[in-house]
Order: sequence, then C-alpha cells, then structure tokens
Amino acid sequence: MTQRKVRVLIAKPGLDGHDRGAKVIARALRDAGMEVIYTGLRQTPEMIAEAALQENVDVLGLSILSGAHNALVPAVMEKLLEYGLDDVRVFVGGIIPQKDIPRLLDKGVSAVYGPGTNTQIVVADIKDSLHPQSN
Amino acid sequence: MPQIDPDAIRQGDRLNLSRALTAVENGTPEGQKLESALFPYSGHAHLIGMTGAPGTGKSTLVNQLVKLLRQTNDENPAPKIAIIAVDPTSPFTGGALLGDRIRMQALAGDKGVFIRSMASRGTLGGIAQNTAAFATILDSAGFDIILVETIGAGQAEVEISRLAHTVVVVDAPGLGDGIQAIKAGILEIADILVVNKADRPGADNTANTLQAMLEMGQNSQGKLFTLGKHLRDDLPGEAFYVPIEQPGWKTPILKTIASEGKGVEGLINAIQCHRSFLVTSCLWEQKETQRLRYALEALIKDKLVHRWQQNLDEDKFESVIADLIQRKISPIDAASELM
Repeated sequence: MTQRKVRVLIAKPGLDGHDRGAKVIARALRDAGMEVIYTGLRQTPEMIAEAALQENVDVLGLSILSGAHNALVPAVMEKLLEYGLDDVRVFVGGIIPQKDIPRLLDKGVSAVYGPGTNTQIVVADIKDSLHPQSN
Repeated sequence: MPQIDPDAIRQGDRLNLSRALTAVENGTPEGQKLESALFPYSGHAHLIGMTGAPGTGKSTLVNQLVKLLRQTNDENPAPKIAIIAVDPTSPFTGGALLGDRIRMQALAGDKGVFIRSMASRGTLGGIAQNTAAFATILDSAGFDIILVETIGAGQAEVEISRLAHTVVVVDAPGLGDGIQAIKAGILEIADILVVNKADRPGADNTANTLQAMLEMGQNSQGKLFTLGKHLRDDLPGEAFYVPIEQPGWKTPILKTIASEGKGVEGLINAIQCHRSFLVTSCLWEQKETQRLRYALEALIKDKLVHRWQQNLDEDKFESVIADLIQRKISPIDAASELM
C-alpha cells in the first residue's frame, strides 16, 4: 500500500522554556494529516539536525521566543547543510522582530510566522511548497 | 531526490538509511527493492519489544536502558542500537503526533544510536504494518539491538510478540485490579514484566498481583513443552518434530523507577538472560521461523486481495451489495459469489 505522508519536525532550539506555540502548531499540523515529531525543549542545533536526519522529515519548524534567533537559526541551517539535508524546508515561528526577518530568509528559511498567525496559513504554505502543482 | 544506495546503508550511512526507511514506510517500488536487496544481510540483531499501557513510562525506560547499554566497558564494545518508536495515527485526520523522542533526549549526540518515530497509519495491534520491514533494514545496517516501542497498548495489542525475540511488558501501579491481570492478552506475551514507577504507592501490590497471575499459570509456564530439533529415532530421515521437555523460561518481575534510572541494570540482565535462553533452547530459530512464516502469509493475503480487486467486476459487485442490503443473500454467500 503506497501512502505518502508529510513529515514535520517541530523543534525548540535554545534556552527558552515556553513551548505552547510549538505545541499549538504541532497539533494544527497533525490535524491537517501530517506526521509531526516533537522533540521537546532546549535543543542544540546539532540535536535538531540529528533528529531531522533520523526522522527524514520534509519540513522543520523552529520555535524561538528567546530572542536568540539570529544566532540559532544560522547555526541550525549550517548543521542541516553539513548533514546533507539541504532539501528540508525550514520555517521559524515565535517572537521575531520585522527587521530580522530578511536576514533569516537570506539564510535559507522559507517563512517566518509571528504571534497571532492563523495556523491554517502555515498548513497551506507547507502543502503548497511540497506540492506546488496541486491547489 | 538521489537514489538510495543499499551498500551505503550497510556501511552505516545514516542519510541513506533514513531515506530508505521512508521509502519502505510508504511502500514505494524503491522501498520494496531496497528491502529485497538488504534482506539477505539481516537476521543478526536482537529484537526487543517494549509494550504496555499509555503512560507507564515505556519511553523513559527505553531512554535509560539504551543509555546504560551504551556504557559498556572497554572489553566489550557497546552495541549499536536502533529504536523504532511507534505512536498512533489519528483515525479522523490521518495525522500523528510522534512524541517519544522527548523522553529520549539523553541519547541525542550518540552516533551509535538511531531513533526513528513511526506512525501506526491505521494498523491495529500496537505496531505499524511496516515495522517488521524497518527492523530488517536497520538489522542489515549493522544495529546489534533493535528496540521497538509499541503504541500505548491496552489488552489486545500483541503483534509485537510475533516480531520481537524478547518482549518486555511495562506496567505501573494503580492501573487495574487483579482481574485485569488474569485476563488474556498482553500479559501473556511478556518474557519480562516490569513494574515501573515503583516509588509510587501500590507498587508492591501490582507486583504481587502479577506474581500471582504467573503462578496460576505455572503448570504451563514452569515446564515448557516445545517443538525441539530432535528427530524421532524410529523414523529416520523423516522431518517429524516431537515435543521435548525443556526447562522453561520463568518470566521475571522487575521493579524500576525509570525517571531515576533505578532497576535498569536488572532489566538489562534479564534481557541478556532471555537472549541466552532463546539461543540455548533453540527457540531463537523457532521464533525466526514463525516470524518469517507469519510475514509471508500476511504478504500473500495482501497480494491476493490486490489481485482480486483488480479482476473485480464492478457491476456485479454493486448488484451483490444491493442483494445483501435487501437481505436476499447472506454475507457469506455474497463473498462466495464474488470470489
């Protein structure tokens, strides 16, 4: 039986301990029919890349509320590249000032979502990016 | 997507391994080819099943178990360990939240450990349809131990006993009375019983109830009659297996506090004892035979259903359904009609 499922890793790099947002997005993606792997709090970039490798995910969502995104996101992107995971689509959610967004996109992040983003937008973006021809 | 290289998997390349697992999980033609290519190199790993009700601490126990197993001394190199963590797929949306990794953070960064989460994708029985195929691929990749953590299992999720050499059933205090313990099902498949969260009130009670349950079954459990390899003397050459009496395996009951790592050493000892028992009693081979036979039968069933569907006359099918709804024909006769 052939069935293709979108696999997503939701990870929280760095030291902030607030994972409500990560859980909300994990739940929304689950309800959209995706297989969501949640790693828990306080992950290093290496741990995240390692989990993305072992789980062979299509998408990686990083939730950061600590303000350290300018350091953490490039570090994660670098590790992904090192592990040969340059085809993984990365999005970032959390408290990210507008002025920092271009720099993150420049590092290869495909989208940044701030507080209050409708989860359905995230779902639609993921589906669009993986199956550009459908819907 | 570049092609997946089976030789690279055998040499330990984890990116190829991980992609192969996805192909196998999705049942793609490439996945089937990889499974066929790698199957001859499997059959070495010790498959250990960890099962039990939700929230008994299976993931935490797996975490501690693997951490300790990886700490072996200089004389024995630490075994390479793969973990397949199965969680349920939502029957409504087809999605799944796979959260077993959260409890396994202590294993991150250890390159000798490979953790893969797996959604059940609608398969009942506590593991997924392709969990056995996962085990084959990981086995061929050189993992010495493959731990399969089932979904939080109730009473009837016993598929793991067909797959694993050693089944550990994890229980915790306060989950049910003595009647639960003598029901058929999950407790029957235990090679090792663990009462986790042993610092909680009622742990002794739980252990005692399980002990009583095992003793009730002592007649069948204490002396194990099994199909041995001894050919009957009076029928030379004929492959006729007779039951021989063997000292049986006595299911031990262990208490652990997984969150503190207590009792985990005892569990490792029990697992290693069980492995030795299987090997010396020839049950290892017997389990392998049973497992492969079962897998083969399941595949044949799948293929037969598939072939039947392809040759099906849709109109006839609809008319039989119509007769069935009007109760002109019974389900059994309807099935015969359509075969």
